[in-house]
Amino acid sequence: MDFSYSEEQQMLQDSVAKFVQNDYDFDSRMKVVKGDVGYNQDHWKLFAELGWLMVPFKEEDGGLGGSALDLMVVMEEFGKGIVIEPFLTTAVLGGGLIANAGSDAQKAQYIAGIMEGTTQLAFAYAEPQGRYDLSDVTTTAEKTDAGFRLNGHKAVVLNGGIADTLIVSARTSGAQTDNDGISLFLVDAKATGVEVQSYRTQDGARAAEVKLNNVEVTADSLLAAEGKALPIIEDVIQRATLAICAEAVGAMEVAYQKTVEYTKTRVQFGVPIAKFQALQHRMADMFIEHQQAKSIVLMAAMKLDQGGEGVAKAVSAMKARIGKAGRAVGQEAVQIHGGIGVTEELDVGHYFKRLTMIELLFGNTAYHTQNFARS
Amino acid sequence: MNVEFSAEELAFQQEVRQFLNDKLPAKIAEKSKKELHFTKEDFVEWQQILAEKGWAAVNWPVEHGGTGWTPTQKYIWSNECAKAGAPGVIPFGMSMVAPVIYSFGNEEQKQRFLPDILGSKVWWCQGYSEPNSGSDLASLKTTATRDGDEYVVNGTKTWTTLGQHADWIFCLVRTAGSEAKNQESISFLLIDMKTPGINVSPIYLLDETREVNEIHFDNVRVPAENLIGEEGKGWTYAKVLLTHERTGIAGVAKSKDSLAKVKQLASETNHFGSPLMDDPAFAQKVADLEIDLLALEYTDLRTLAAVSTGKAPGPESSILKIKGTEIAQQIDELKMEIAGYYAIPFVKDQFEYGFEGPMVGPGSAANSAPLYFNHRKTTIYGGSNEIQKNIICKAVLGL
Repeated sequence: MDFSYSEEQQMLQDSVAKFVQNDYDFDSRMKVVKGDVGYNQDHWKLFAELGWLMVPFKEEDGGLGGSALDLMVVMEEFGKGIVIEPFLTTAVLGGGLIANAGSDAQKAQYIAGIMEGTTQLAFAYAEPQGRYDLSDVTTTAEKTDAGFRLNGHKAVVLNGGIADTLIVSARTSGAQTDNDGISLFLVDAKATGVEVQSYRTQDGARAAEVKLNNVEVTADSLLAAEGKALPIIEDVIQRATLAICAEAVGAMEVAYQKTVEYTKTRVQFGVPIAKFQALQHRMADMFIEHQQAKSIVLMAAMKLDQGGEGVAKAVSAMKARIGKAGRAVGQEAVQIHGGIGVTEELDVGHYFKRLTMIELLFGNTAYHTQNFARS
Repeated sequence: MNVEFSAEELAFQQEVRQFLNDKLPAKIAEKSKKELHFTKEDFVEWQQILAEKGWAAVNWPVEHGGTGWTPTQKYIWSNECAKAGAPGVIPFGMSMVAPVIYSFGNEEQKQRFLPDILGSKVWWCQGYSEPNSGSDLASLKTTATRDGDEYVVNGTKTWTTLGQHADWIFCLVRTAGSEAKNQESISFLLIDMKTPGINVSPIYLLDETREVNEIHFDNVRVPAENLIGEEGKGWTYAKVLLTHERTGIAGVAKSKDSLAKVKQLASETNHFGSPLMDDPAFAQKVADLEIDLLALEYTDLRTLAAVSTGKAPGPESSILKIKGTEIAQQIDELKMEIAGYYAIPFVKDQFEYGFEGPMVGPGSAANSAPLYFNHRKTTIYGGSNEIQKNIICKAVLGL
């Protein structure tokens, strides 16, 4: 039994931690949040230079190995700075789909660009009616002489307005919620008929509603075997779920630590409010929640790397537990900060927002608790 | 990073399973399965079987008869014991006073006391809490006044678990004058329970079991050679003790076993024409607990891994205590919920081994409420969960 990081993991952690600590201050982050681009392009170049964009990929694809534990290490540190650069969407989701299901030609076309920081991707899987059901797909892909014609509405596509290429799930056959018949397509974001309505998310990133109106794609845009994409989607979403849960662990750590520090300086009734036991025990609870969250993410990361049966169950256990912990820690951080906690100017509320959005992403707490109970 | 057992560890697990299978007396296994009360004889019998095998003193140093096991082996051991339904070790001799004796006692004391603890020939109990000193233990008032070669002890100790069986008691007593700071006048004294002036009176818990006692000391004369270490150092010794022996405090193995029972019982229980386990509200509660327990298991493993690299378990053991007891209590609630009406009857004899009269309700149901009531103690004893949070605040959060 060994919970220590390898030398490589330790180095990776140190380098991301250093970046978040030194180069990712809250004010600059907020300028990016309010800016036009949606992320800091210099940061993105740096991610590429430091090799972080290679982390999710296997060595045979030119990456650093692609283990879930490595991904956890990076995301936990990102969580400490609530980093908004689209690592999750481009490298984990987009990159994951192409690496898992792409032909050699498709891998050659995209993966180098992702790792070099020149390609941005978005995964358009959700639909307005589908909630967390990955098999609920009404977007259609009809066969044409040259390839396929896509029609439909993809909801809350993270990074949708930034991506050069969208990976779209669409139905090539079957009824609305059939497991079979779902296919993936690489779609140029500027293609005729692609309508992208970009917006900010609650937590400062970018997403979009993507409408596909008779979008023509060539046959070689098909990613993975026709009609057989669901298991690939599920696999990649599991990895992405691990990524955001690890991010949540980092965000919780900062949220509880900032709260503790604040109570030591905030004076009321002539004493620092840290002296009040009514607050002390709640901060102890925040610490416990953070530790339990960290434990369950470790569990799921190891399970993902090990593979086999029980992966889905482990991921659901993790997501459900993280959802609860994130909500508890986020709410308490705001409450214990008092008035300043509900203002936009203080960072703590933004950690709370990110934790809240993580709970909603890829299946909420109730959904994953039920999944866990069923499997 | 990995949590796989090595080949040697897997072999050890097999050995343990085989041993438990061969040696755990059938009567004890049956009591455990039916959640009946163990007697003193049950504990002693099992403990002596372990002593014969050399596995009685899991945490002791090898030189005194300990196992020399790695933390992972200890983890395997406690897991397998829980699965097999082996009685827990009564901690007062084996895990509480013995480490103080071998760490701070003199050679003569080691020779005199340790072998009998190892062989379970002497039953120990703990004299810490007093009627007016609970969480604030350092305010204790029992005095030990030096008179020649003896101490004269006066005062009252309480919550003395299974003290009715005890041959000896280890006590925290106040030796120096009241001018010393509270903690610096506390000493660690071993007292023979047969000494004149000791009076043990029972305290019955909510399930009418006699688990604890109040012990009165009226001019009890104790040979000065029974003092451990130096006068005034008792508090330090007691504290050192508290940072050891914390493996297993989370009770993960036991709770896993209990939760498996809950799922089993709930699938056999009719609830409006379907198994209770199929009721979404009930299933949700089970899933929540199972997930929380899974997180705790990994927190436990992380602590264990830290211990095996030589770090003393710090405030992490407070997390294990808090979450472990909370989860176990919630499992008790589920058992009572499953029992429904049949949690109501209180037929005390049913929980004794050999009861042959007509059972009122199914066995699992009959015991659910008594265990629920009894186990409320767990978040109170061993440093209440509120005290554990104080420890986290001080040691981790710097509050």
